[in-house]
Amino acid sequence: MASVATSLHSRRETAYAAPRATQDPVWVRWLLTGVALAFLGLFLLLPLAAVFAEALRKGLGAYFASFNDPDAFSAIKLTLTAAAISVPANLVFGVAASWAIAKFSFRGKSLLITLIDLPFAVSPVISGLIYVLVFGAQGWFGPWLSDHDIKIIFAVPGIVLATIFVTFPFVARELIPLMQAQGTDEEYAAISLGASGWQTFWRVTLPNAKWGLFYGVILCNARAMGEFGAVSVVSGHIRGETNTMPLHIEILYNEYNFVAAFAVASLLAVLALVTLVLKSLVEWKHHQTNAE
Amino acid sequence: MSVTATSITKSFGRYTALDDVSLDVGKGKLVALLGPSGSGKTTLLRIIAGLEHADAGSGAIRFHGQDVTTQPAGERGVGFVFQHYALFRHMTVFENVAFGLRVRSRHQRPSSREIAERVESLLGLVQLDGLGRRFPSQLSGGQRQRVALARALAVEPKVLLLDEPFGALDAKVRKDLRRWLRRFHDEVQLTTLFVTHDQEEALEIADEVVIMNQARVEQVGTPQEVYDRPANPFVYQFLGNVNVLRDVTAWSETGPVLDNGRLAGDGLLYVRPHEIEVHLHQPGTAGVPAVLKHVHGAGSQVQLSLELLSTREPVEVELSRAEFLALSVRGNDPVLLRLRPTHALEQDYAI
Repeated sequence: MASVATSLHSRRETAYAAPRATQDPVWVRWLLTGVALAFLGLFLLLPLAAVFAEALRKGLGAYFASFNDPDAFSAIKLTLTAAAISVPANLVFGVAASWAIAKFSFRGKSLLITLIDLPFAVSPVISGLIYVLVFGAQGWFGPWLSDHDIKIIFAVPGIVLATIFVTFPFVARELIPLMQAQGTDEEYAAISLGASGWQTFWRVTLPNAKWGLFYGVILCNARAMGEFGAVSVVSGHIRGETNTMPLHIEILYNEYNFVAAFAVASLLAVLALVTLVLKSLVEWKHHQTNAE
Repeated sequence: MSVTATSITKSFGRYTALDDVSLDVGKGKLVALLGPSGSGKTTLLRIIAGLEHADAGSGAIRFHGQDVTTQPAGERGVGFVFQHYALFRHMTVFENVAFGLRVRSRHQRPSSREIAERVESLLGLVQLDGLGRRFPSQLSGGQRQRVALARALAVEPKVLLLDEPFGALDAKVRKDLRRWLRRFHDEVQLTTLFVTHDQEEALEIADEVVIMNQARVEQVGTPQEVYDRPANPFVYQFLGNVNVLRDVTAWSETGPVLDNGRLAGDGLLYVRPHEIEVHLHQPGTAGVPAVLKHVHGAGSQVQLSLELLSTREPVEVELSRAEFLALSVRGNDPVLLRLRPTHALEQDYAI
């Protein structure tokens, strides 16, 4: 159905003469296209290629050997752990917050929206420092925490907290505009048909927002795995214990261990590519369901 | 089931949407809430449905004498059809209609076979057989409207509420669908209340029309009553075209000025275009002198635009084609205008 609609649509478009504004001389068109492509190549494709080229400089053997290192392994594990905790946490929070913001009116709503945006506005280093000030040895809760033998800063909980903070806005920011655009009529319809609030949420609100939700989760995950600044402040860079992949890459690079650094970096690059493919798929699918 | 609203007040911040409004809808009636936008008609409908709540301490909503003011929407037994249908976009037509049955608690929920039978018969009722597998986005506006209606009927409501049911449709579909709604209402005999800003629509299909303006009810009556005996200048102007004439003394010499409240409390004369006669200048003929400005001949009636000589007021007159031809006047011709009696139809002419 959708494909028929698209082909009809494109046929109709070609039936019209190209508008004046797009009838520039050939050299202008080539020049503009060329500039755009050169920019894309220089700033996006070249670095990406460089990562893989550097990683594979000494051959596939050296490349895979880089992963056969307990520290690299533990960094990958820690990154996955941090993402596995922070993404579901922000998924729940993001859905709850956007549901409240888009479907209800209450006092302090704009304050909540501002707070959700806070992690975008604050430098990641500051976000990390906040946790050091609160939970660090000299921080507010520092003495109490050390009395009870709880380690947050320079330990995994601190890294998870910092990651949650930094990735806080992604899901909510994606869902709020979508849910607002969809309005509340369908929810009212569900309620007038006898559905409870819970049923309305699960059967109407959430299914309507599912593509936006996937999209938000994908972006949130990418950021959770790639976060450097905030995590760097709270991590303490203890090898094999509190190093995430980005931190591990930095350490390897500073030790002139370029092949290993770029090999781990190539994993993050692959993650980025997978994210982009998923994102495009979701966008395409979302567009298709909307166009139907 | 009858619906009664007693002295309902609703304000949004400083804005008053309903100001002490009362309403009485008889069992099995088809009633139109008619008014310009912002008159509070939709708010009243939503309060009756329980989707909105009246100001604390203001009034009560009763269904069949039973107070439902504090009852949640889902328990009131109303079917609500939204202006833009509000169909669940991720569900098929079948699932949309089945929704109200599927969300019931387990011991009240029909079996899935019963649900399927019920949905199919409802789709048949609204003439959408075989479209159950489509998604709302694959339907035309008129079809979506009927899905919304079937969905509302699935829960066997005792009252049907429709918010601008034909507002989003084009003129032709609109006309067909409103006649269909009238026939449909006669078939199912459900107390029905619908909101509209289109006076033609309200007058054509409703048993009773409630005219609202600026948060208040202006008049309640059958279509004939409100059209022929408007309670006040607002209703006069809102229902069809009307000339507002200032010089009552001059007009009183040409015909009856007291017919049907033509002479309103504000001292002005409200006269519909077909209630004015046009005569040629002849000695001995009394009338208000005017000049013919324009003639619009396209339609079953001929519309004349005139200007009074004394006050330069514009006046619209409607004549039948035969009358106009017999008169043989052209632009800028001087004529005399006279008032006709209103010929209001007797109330019980309705079948």
